[in-house]
Order: sequence, then structure tokens, then C-alpha cells
Amino acid sequence: MIEIRGLHKYFGEVHVLQGIDLDVNKGEVLSIIGASGSGKSTLLYCINALEGIDEGRITVDGVEVHAKSTDINKLRQKLGMVFQQWNSFPHLTALENVALSPRIVRKMSRSDAKKLAARRLEHIGLGDKLNSYPNALSGGQQQRLAIARALAMEPSYMLFDETTSALDPELVGEVLDAMRLLAEEGMTMICVTHEMGFARDVSDRVAYIHDGAIEEIGTPEQIFSNPKSERTSRFLANVR
Amino acid sequence: MDYNFHWRPVFRSLPDLLNAGLVTLEVATLSMVFGVIIGIVFAIIRLKMRGPIRWFVISWIELARNTPALFQLFFFGFGLGAFGIHLTPFWIVLAGLTFNNAGYLAENFRGGFQAIPETQMRAARSLGMNASQAYVRVIIPQVLRTVYHPMTNQMVWAVLMSSLGMLVGFRELSGETQFLASKTFRIFEYFAVAAVIYYVIVKIIIGGSRLLSFRLFRY
Repeated sequence: MIEIRGLHKYFGEVHVLQGIDLDVNKGEVLSIIGASGSGKSTLLYCINALEGIDEGRITVDGVEVHAKSTDINKLRQKLGMVFQQWNSFPHLTALENVALSPRIVRKMSRSDAKKLAARRLEHIGLGDKLNSYPNALSGGQQQRLAIARALAMEPSYMLFDETTSALDPELVGEVLDAMRLLAEEGMTMICVTHEMGFARDVSDRVAYIHDGAIEEIGTPEQIFSNPKSERTSRFLANVR
Repeated sequence: MDYNFHWRPVFRSLPDLLNAGLVTLEVATLSMVFGVIIGIVFAIIRLKMRGPIRWFVISWIELARNTPALFQLFFFGFGLGAFGIHLTPFWIVLAGLTFNNAGYLAENFRGGFQAIPETQMRAARSLGMNASQAYVRVIIPQVLRTVYHPMTNQMVWAVLMSSLGMLVGFRELSGETQFLASKTFRIFEYFAVAAVIYYVIVKIIIGGSRLLSFRLFRY
């Protein structure tokens, strides 16, 4: 379980996160929606400590993320992340991209790591691209590679940061399908997204963030069909 | 012009010249190995750190790039000598070349690091790698590709610059040539042949570097 309490974050003078309280339960899919600059990606980066926090507390399975005594590299193995710019490692083949961390972080043997990587890539439909370099893959394939790479660490949670925003429209579907598959398999997911269809169909809960605070959170049904907040309905009217 | 060429003594001492060529290659290669290691560390320090260590690094880089290489060599020879530290000619040349290479390479690497998107580091760290694993496995391999051609240039430069070793009594190719030439007074002939050997060494380095790049960079 991920628990966020009273989270504040500043970028210089800018108050990016203004007191976030949020629980994410095991097995849940939470979508975070909101305008650009509302702080939703920053929130994600705070959860795996790629960004520091100024006030408040985040715990993952009872371990405080930003405590000095926390072994953050160990904790991050529980928190898979997929980025907007897919960030494949260009000097490694698809197989090596996925096998690298299991080998050097989880200390698996070279052959075990490769077997695991091959399984992960096949599972996500890239079984015929094992030895391709990322520059020979489409954006959608690279993003699926990034998902496989994160999953190879066998995380308990997956954080998705606008994973389809940088993709050509015709490539969005395959990535969303991969995420859907993952949700069906019971993965706990936090998805920062602009894909309202995905948020509505796949999520258990949807949170709308406005100016660094959670304006409204609830079931997709409630948020999309029956928003309580004026701001939420205005935002949804604009994106539709 | 009534100069008579006499090539025979040169050809007779060709084995000595070729051996000296190997010494040149050896000292240049070592100075590159050390220069690359120091250069990478310096680039990271210059980009990431503050305080006295960073100022030390910047001073080194500034001196290496903006003073004559010969003076740098003399510093490790006569400069340290004045303080009672006497290095052998080999170490004077190796230290001087390394000092110079490290300064130039640090700036190349700094550019190389800046060319790698910040997000690569984030992706590596998000997978649980610690900072040094991320540098060694993800960032530096990409930097080395970016600066590969400047590094080849620096290697060529190191080979040619090692000829300054002659002035501190080091018997690399130029030193050896000078030594043999002054014994026989066939100065032009000796240096002409030495020039050819330099040329061949440089061509081998450039060709080898190109072959290696085909093998290393398949992406």
C-alpha cells in the first residue's frame, strides 16, 4: 500500500504540490488526470524519490520513502516506472535493456537474466525483437520495451507517467493494450494520463488534480458522469 | 644544391627507429588510458560538484588547454626537479602528456555528458541502479560514443606531442632519431624516415579506431 500524507513540494518559488493526501491500495488501478503543470507527474516522481519532498510523508508498504535511513535503490525495485519519453537505453539491444537491471541490481546470473528478459519481451509482444536496438523500434515498441524493462524487476507497483503522450496517434493503442493487460493481471498501477477513455475503462479510481491539490477523487463513474466539483466538470468538458 | 643523400645508415638503424616508434606508441597509449579515466572523473566533478575540488579541476583544465604542452612537460621535468623530485624521462613524458590529455578530454567528456538526456539517468535510477551503476552501465557508454572521434583525435595528438620527449632526454621516436642523427650527421635522412614512421603510426591509429567503432557501435 502507498500512503501519502500532507505532501508539499516547491520548485523554487512555485508551490507545485499543495498538501496531497492519497492512499493507493494493493491491486488498485488509479488514474491521475489534470491539466499540464498541475503537478501530477511531480507527484509520481515523489513516490519513487526521483524528486525530493519539502513537507509530509510517503510510505510504501510501511517504509518511509524519503527517510534518510531508507535504502532507496532497494525500495525502487518495488516501484516500476514508465516515462513519457520512453528512455530505452540506445546502446543496448531490447534483450539487454530488460536484462541489465535484473543482472546488476538483483544480481541474477547472466543467463537467468536473459531468460527472464526474453519471457518479459515475449509476454508483451516483442518476442521477435529481442536483438533489435531501440533505434530500430517504433515509439510504441520502445514504450512496450520500457514496460517490460520495469516489470523485469518484479515490482509491486507500476507508475506510468503520460506513457502515450509522446506517441504518434496510431501507436497509442498498442501501449494502452499492454497497460490494460497488466491491470487485468492484478498489478497495482498509478497512471498519470491524458487518455480519458483509458482512465474510464481501466481504473478503479480516478483523481483529478488542480493546482497541486486533489480536487476530486472517486470511481470513474462518479468523476466522468457525475463530478461534484465545478472545476472537474469544466476540465472534462474541455478535454472531450 | 650539392647535398648527397645517404640513406644507408638510416636503413641500418631502422630496427632501432621502429623500436623507438613502439616506445612512442606505448607512452601515448598509456597517457590516453590515464587521460580518459581522469577526464571522465573531472567532467563529472565539473558538472556535479561545488567547492575546492571543482576549482582544482578547473585550474588543471585551464592550464592544460591554455599553456604550451612543452611547458607542461618541462614542469614535470625541470619544475619538479627544482624541488628535488626527479622523475625518469619516461615518467616526465607520461605525466606531461597525461596532464595535457586529461585537460582536453575532460572538456570533451563534459560536452558528451551534456548530450545525454537527463531522463536516461532517471530511467536507470528508477530501475534500482545506484548512481555509479547508472553511470558505468548507462551514461558513460553513451558518452564514449559521443566523444569517440574527438578521443581518436586526442590519441593522434598524443602520439605527435610525445615528440617533445626529445627535449627532456626521452628516447622515443624523435629522441632516438635525434640521437642517431647526431652520431652520423645524416639529419635530414633520419628525420625524413622518422616522419614516415609517425605517419604510418597515425594512419594505423585512425584505421584501427574506425574498425573498432564498427564493432562497438552497432546502434
